Amino acid sequence: MKIVLKQASVIPGFGLTLGYTVFYLSLIVLLPISALFLKTATLGWGEFWSIVSNPRVVASYRLTFGASLVGALINAFFGFIVAWTLVRYSFPGKKIIDALVDLPFALPTAVSGIALTAIYSSNGWVGRYLEPLGIKAAYTPLGVTIALTFIGLPFVVRTLQPALEELDPATEEAARSLGASRMQTFLRVILPAVFPALLTGFALSFARALGEYGSVVFISGNMPMFTEITPLLIIAKLEQYDYAGATAIASVMLLASFAILLVINFLQWYSSHRYRTGV
Amino acid sequence: MSIEIRNINKTFGSFTALKDINLLVPSGELVALLGPSGCGKTTLLRIISGLEQPDPGNGAILFHDEDVASRSVADRKIGFVFQHYALFRHMSVFDNVAFGLTVKPRSQRPGKEEIRDQVMELLRLVQLESQANRFPSQLSGGQRQRVALARALAVKPKVLLLDEPFGALDAKVRQELRRWLRRLHDELHVTSVFVTHDQEEALEVSDQVVVMNAGQIEQVGPPAEVYDHPANPFVYQFLGNVNLFHGRIDGGEAKINHLDRSQSEQEVVAYVRPHDLDVSRERTSPDAIEAIVRYIHAAGGMPRLELERLDNGESIAAEVARERYRELELQVGDHLFVTPRNLRFFVEGAPLDYQI
Repeated sequence: MKIVLKQASVIPGFGLTLGYTVFYLSLIVLLPISALFLKTATLGWGEFWSIVSNPRVVASYRLTFGASLVGALINAFFGFIVAWTLVRYSFPGKKIIDALVDLPFALPTAVSGIALTAIYSSNGWVGRYLEPLGIKAAYTPLGVTIALTFIGLPFVVRTLQPALEELDPATEEAARSLGASRMQTFLRVILPAVFPALLTGFALSFARALGEYGSVVFISGNMPMFTEITPLLIIAKLEQYDYAGATAIASVMLLASFAILLVINFLQWYSSHRYRTGV
Repeated sequence: MSIEIRNINKTFGSFTALKDINLLVPSGELVALLGPSGCGKTTLLRIISGLEQPDPGNGAILFHDEDVASRSVADRKIGFVFQHYALFRHMSVFDNVAFGLTVKPRSQRPGKEEIRDQVMELLRLVQLESQANRFPSQLSGGQRQRVALARALAVKPKVLLLDEPFGALDAKVRQELRRWLRRLHDELHVTSVFVTHDQEEALEVSDQVVVMNAGQIEQVGPPAEVYDHPANPFVYQFLGNVNLFHGRIDGGEAKINHLDRSQSEQEVVAYVRPHDLDVSRERTSPDAIEAIVRYIHAAGGMPRLELERLDNGESIAAEVARERYRELELQVGDHLFVTPRNLRFFVEGAPLDYQI
């Protein structure tokens, strides 16, 4: 069987663009990643294992993945509400709120880190009201979660907006006319229709949080075994010229994130492929 | 179940969508709401369904003498069919139709087997039983609308409401589907109201036609009656093609072929349908209008002629029978005499009770 690679199109240049895509991705993505693994490979198995299973490192995995997961879940929930409000209603100041959503994208992460620390520290605007309640935000895992939530919000909102706009309000009316309650309409008609987009937003927010460094290091306080995130440990190793050790931790992070994203992508494909076929 | 609408008003901001609407839909009838876009027909349908609320006031919506105005759409026991189907695209055809049954409270919900049987029965009714496991995106437009209809019928509605149900389909499917809807209605006898802007569709399918314009009802009646005896010029013009003649009443007789308006007593407007015009090569009556053939559209059952009046240059559309067309051997540029067979006169919008 002959595989037809070339497809007729009004815009020519399939060969050129495919070649460029492969070359570009190799240069930008594949090459650094292979360098990472090659550098890691200079370590023996025993050495590698002792670095990546060090209790301090394991504690940082737990914090990084845990806080990222919680942050992404919070974003999935509140991001949905924000996206819904922006899509379904018109109100004065809507454009401004819409622009505000992008702020975490645009702000240098160090700036947002310092701002968050200032607000949530025990004498900050919000922190001083949390303190009497016995809640310490800054310099605790809670602070890490707040920072990771902050930077992940735009991903959920921006991926959900087009999906919600595509939703036909008539389907909700149809559900209601068939006797469904408001809750049933939401759970059985709206949510399944936007679920793939919600999952994508969640995955992006989660992935972004895993690699986040700048905004977290200020608010976390970087206490070993308590508020140290994995990217921080990698930086620490680099500062001590322990390149192999840094790449060892990095490759564990990379593989874990890759596995998680693979699962999420599969779920997303599974939830959307059925009714999109044959359009 | 009959539907009665009393004194319903609806405004959107400063725009009046419905103005003091009163309407009775007898039980078991299929009624068409007909009118140009923006006339309020869809708003009226949505108010009947409960998807839209009328303006507060002394208006009432009664289903079988019971006021349902305060009930939500979910509690009115209606079936609603949307113009663009509004199917749940993440559900199979089967699940779409079953939806109304599966959202019932646990105590009223039929068992799995029973739901299966009912859904398959409905799919048989709309001739889609072989498509039960497909998804809406895999169906054609006509099939999707049939699924939407089956879905609406699944909850055994007392009233079936259809919003331009065939509006998004192509001409051939449209025609098939509306005949099919008529047969289905004769089988089920559920009180149905459907909205359309297509006069042909309204006249062909319905028991009663409600002609609407600018938020008001212009005329209600069986198709033949509204077509043959339009209550006003709007209905005349909206139902089918029509020629308009300005004339005057002269000595108790309405004249349309005189240019001289100076001695007119009262201005009249006369309407005549293109197929009610006689054309001939000789003057057959003193009332005949002299005209020149400008265009001939010979395709179709009745060849259509576009004529230009010699006296004032206005154009006239005429339809002649095929035999007559062959007999006359018409050519563009021919001189003809046009005699109206069935003129309807209106003076300032009100019908004048005589015809020639």
